[in-house]
Amino acid sequence: MSVDKDTVAKIASLARIRVDENQSEALAGELSNILVWIEQLSELDTDGVEPMTSVVSMTLPLRKDTVTDGGYPDKVTANAPEAAHGFYAVPKVVE
Amino acid sequence: MATIQGKTGEWEMVIGLEVHAQVISNSKLFSGASTAFGAEPNSQVSLVDAAMPGMLPMLNKVAVEQAVRTGLGLNAQINLTSVFERKNYFYADLPQGYQISQYLHPIVGEGTIILDLEDGETREVGIERLHLEQDAGKSIHDQHPSQSYIDLNRSGVTLMEIVSKPDMRSAEEAGAYLRKLRTILRYLGTCDGNMDEGSMRADVNLSMRRPGEPFGTRTETKNVNSIRFVQQAIEMEARRQVEVLEEGGEIRQETRLFDGMTGKSRSMRSKEEAHDYRYFPDPDLLPLELEPAWVEDIKAGLPELPDAKKARFVETLGLSAYDAGVLVADRDTAAFFEAVAEGRDAKLAANWVIGDYFGAMNKSSASLDSAPVDAAKLGGLLDLIADGTISGRIAKEVFEEMWESGQAAGAIVEAKGLKQISDSSEIETLVDDIIANNPKQVEQFKGGNEKILGWFVGQVMKATQGKANPGMVNQVLRSKLG
Repeated sequence: MSVDKDTVAKIASLARIRVDENQSEALAGELSNILVWIEQLSELDTDGVEPMTSVVSMTLPLRKDTVTDGGYPDKVTANAPEAAHGFYAVPKVVE
Repeated sequence: MATIQGKTGEWEMVIGLEVHAQVISNSKLFSGASTAFGAEPNSQVSLVDAAMPGMLPMLNKVAVEQAVRTGLGLNAQINLTSVFERKNYFYADLPQGYQISQYLHPIVGEGTIILDLEDGETREVGIERLHLEQDAGKSIHDQHPSQSYIDLNRSGVTLMEIVSKPDMRSAEEAGAYLRKLRTILRYLGTCDGNMDEGSMRADVNLSMRRPGEPFGTRTETKNVNSIRFVQQAIEMEARRQVEVLEEGGEIRQETRLFDGMTGKSRSMRSKEEAHDYRYFPDPDLLPLELEPAWVEDIKAGLPELPDAKKARFVETLGLSAYDAGVLVADRDTAAFFEAVAEGRDAKLAANWVIGDYFGAMNKSSASLDSAPVDAAKLGGLLDLIADGTISGRIAKEVFEEMWESGQAAGAIVEAKGLKQISDSSEIETLVDDIIANNPKQVEQFKGGNEKILGWFVGQVMKATQGKANPGMVNQVLRSKLG
């Protein structure tokens, strides 16, 4: 599978990364190479092999349903470029 | 089957609903922050919910248990292995840049819901799946001219997305589906079902087709927050689609937004591009494995659900399907009815609860908790009817008085001297008097006018202020006149 310039532009836009027109040709080539490299894995016969989800033998731990966190709105918004009345304030999102 | 008559023939609606139900739990799906409604902005936010770098999600056991309980209540397949994935999209109230959700491997698979329709009919609707996911934060757009305000209190709260099969064919069925689902969730205690607080919201998938033909292209109307609005949105979208199709147009698969204020919907073009969610398994979370024994424990702890309760009310208590349906629609109402009916005539209890009691509740906008007459007091009133102390007619009077004063039925009957007259000699004396004083009416009766008997009964009731035992009055009159 190979990636063209349009696909690069689409992925970049979905990821909110600005990619200049003159970079996209080179990126398309690099991404295609990565995909070709990964695709070699499909040469292996994995019929009947369960997908491995972790190298350690453990299951997903569950925690108790108790309130142990929160109560620090100032800390939460401390790094916000802008905050007002306890809210994050962002450029208007018009639907 | 309900169809819509278009200019060129009949059309059938095909409806599927996706319901987002907020899970009842103390803390969030992956963090220890509180889920309480209505707190100060960003006061119930952990650094996990705010997506600070390096934070790791830790799964809430109760959230999982609630999803399993709901799945069991929907007679659905419980998947012992399920997987959390990242659903990627950008929005200001989604600080992670992705929602942790389940996609290919949800925790609950196929199940069924039985709808109770207006005409007493029932109809089965399939459940496609139920999965766990995080809620997003809340955006407030109307507080500032050029800014939106973001509150993350809701961010990370547990949602169950419950997806139906496209099995519904009318707005009425969609309404019945939502009501039944809400009833089941409330019985299970897994979601409070309060649509006005946003704890239950519905996305409506709708397409139109000619009866018998394959499904057409569907649209999705997002985040409709009341049953009435869901039904309005369906009616409107159905008409819009029929209009487009009959003019030879095509339905575009799109997301639409319904505005309850104007009753109109419009296309959300901005969502089109975002539909490429690039799901992949969340590397912070292992697959969720459920112990079969745990699932069995949860199953053993399920309450009696509305369908089973309704069947029991019909089969062992002898109620009509309609009355049983009304009584089981709300868990507290059903419990109230059972307390009143315990050891008494169940049909009489049902009539009183559904008729006079609900009537008084509506009139005074009281709730079961705040009503001045509790189950024991209403039961006391029914006991007085059952043992013949008062007639059903007097009982209505006594009940009104009970509602006013909160007093017990016995005390009111005693104080007002409302005890039924069941002394046959007393009634006979009265009847003799009335017969002697009204020869004309006696003639009419003897001449074959049966209706005049009612007039005699009325006279006796008038003389006793309604306290005479009606059965006895009839009997005595017939024997004396006949």
